[in-house]
Amino acid sequence: MSSAMIDLILRATLDTLYMVAISGVLAALVGIPLGVLLYVTRPGQVLAQPAVNGVLGIVTNIGRSIPFIILMVAIIPFTRMLVGTSIGTNAAAVPLTIAAIPFIARLVEGALNEINPGLVEAAQSMGATPWQIITRVLLPEARGGIFTALTITVVTLVSYSAMAGAVGGGGLGDLGIRYGYNRFNPTVMLITVAILVVMVQGFQSLGDYLVRKSDHK
Amino acid sequence: MIRLHNVSKTYALKGRRGSARTVQALKNIDFHVPAGQVHGVIGLSGAGKSTLIRCINLLERPTTGSVSVDGQELTGLSRQALNQARHRIGMIFQHFNLLTNRTVFANVALPLELMGMQRAEIRERVTPLLELVGLADKTRQYPAQLSGGQKQRVAIARALASRPKVLLCDEATSALDPQTTGSILALLRDINHKLGLTILLITHEMEVVKSICHRVSLISDGELVEEADVGDFFTAPRTQLGREFLNDFLQLEPPRALFERLKATPGERTHPVVRLAFSGDAVSTPLISRLARECGVDVSILQAKVESIQERTLGLMIAELMGPPAKTREAIDYLEAHDLHVEVLGHVQRDD
Repeated sequence: MSSAMIDLILRATLDTLYMVAISGVLAALVGIPLGVLLYVTRPGQVLAQPAVNGVLGIVTNIGRSIPFIILMVAIIPFTRMLVGTSIGTNAAAVPLTIAAIPFIARLVEGALNEINPGLVEAAQSMGATPWQIITRVLLPEARGGIFTALTITVVTLVSYSAMAGAVGGGGLGDLGIRYGYNRFNPTVMLITVAILVVMVQGFQSLGDYLVRKSDHK
Repeated sequence: MIRLHNVSKTYALKGRRGSARTVQALKNIDFHVPAGQVHGVIGLSGAGKSTLIRCINLLERPTTGSVSVDGQELTGLSRQALNQARHRIGMIFQHFNLLTNRTVFANVALPLELMGMQRAEIRERVTPLLELVGLADKTRQYPAQLSGGQKQRVAIARALASRPKVLLCDEATSALDPQTTGSILALLRDINHKLGLTILLITHEMEVVKSICHRVSLISDGELVEEADVGDFFTAPRTQLGREFLNDFLQLEPPRALFERLKATPGERTHPVVRLAFSGDAVSTPLISRLARECGVDVSILQAKVESIQERTLGLMIAELMGPPAKTREAIDYLEAHDLHVEVLGHVQRDD
């Protein structure tokens, strides 16, 4: 393999990592609070707001139901407004983030749902405010579940980022399609897939480690 | 210390097709626990025990009525003031409800953190509490590493951290084995003595009432049907439900074969079967042999048992009084004159 080819593969790997990192972090920053909100506004919960909960639920479901490839194209004007361009890794990070937010939110909501309601009741009996219940009880108790949620999200983002080629986003998926598939280069195809496999394994192991470390159930 | 006035709680259950049904979980409860007392509320499951105890710190808000703790009416407070008031009311639960991702120390520290206390001050408070409950060596462990009894000890330390005046115990020993139950009850009794804490506990176990309560209320179908000092309740419950609880606890029922032969009304040739309860001096007096001598009746003891209920000794007996009707009536009067509680369970046909 030529050194140019190796450079390309290296570049694509970094692009993928970059897109996953940016969108993963941003989506977590929005998705985790959204997930908490989805949970605490449920009827019977500490900040029960059935109307708000209903609206949030619908918005989240809409976000989750749009196929990523369509979302990516559909929000091009928004992407351009945000990052000034509709091509490149930064441009691809926008739809990735938007797709990952409702995904994380639902997973976090699920993780919170696993918490024994008795713990919230106990905190209430100690005079905890809703904010204290969220920060001192719900989030720490769901820590393991939240790490699991983030791991699943990052792995999903790795595979979604492969579609980023459609908007000139670059990355390993794009490389695999253009060089491996369109130019009939099975070696490149194989290498990109191999790197993706290793990457996913790595993220999964890291996630599992964090869950083990943080959860004392 | 704890005062409930005319408290009712109604739940609306949404039935199918929007038909709304309501369930009345508590009906016009009036109730007072003086400072320093251990008060038990006993009842079958579904009787409203949990709702009652949750109404005291307003985890459940009563539909009507008022709740006061330590002279402060909680039902009229703002959210913020209520949270402040809750710092003075500790609570422990059947399933402990410890935070799994906090160590023993951090669990006990939680209520203090919620009050905004400084780290150094928290440490000063938590350490002696862990000593009090006998877990000073488990500070750094997580709840998953502890046994049920140890978890409840942590929960007790946590409930005491904010130096409450009142401790609410929601079936605190129901998930524990009998031995552990005993040690937790001993700890609660100790706390009541040492700290003068008022304790309200709900339970379905007579054992709990017997070993630590001063007074007991019986709840049935959302109503308090009986309230008495524990000694009196164990000697002579006034309601049918109370008697059922007591008989279940003492396992003092007439033998089955006899029970089937029991008739409600006396006949030509029948003997009364009586349940005798005696406490205090009567326990040590040889009343039965005196009865035989002085009244001329024979006594056949079917079952008997002596229990100690706190400082009082309680004797219970089921016996058949054998003799002519006039003599047996005299015998019953004699027993009642000696402060025994006599209940005629029925009459059996004489075999001879």
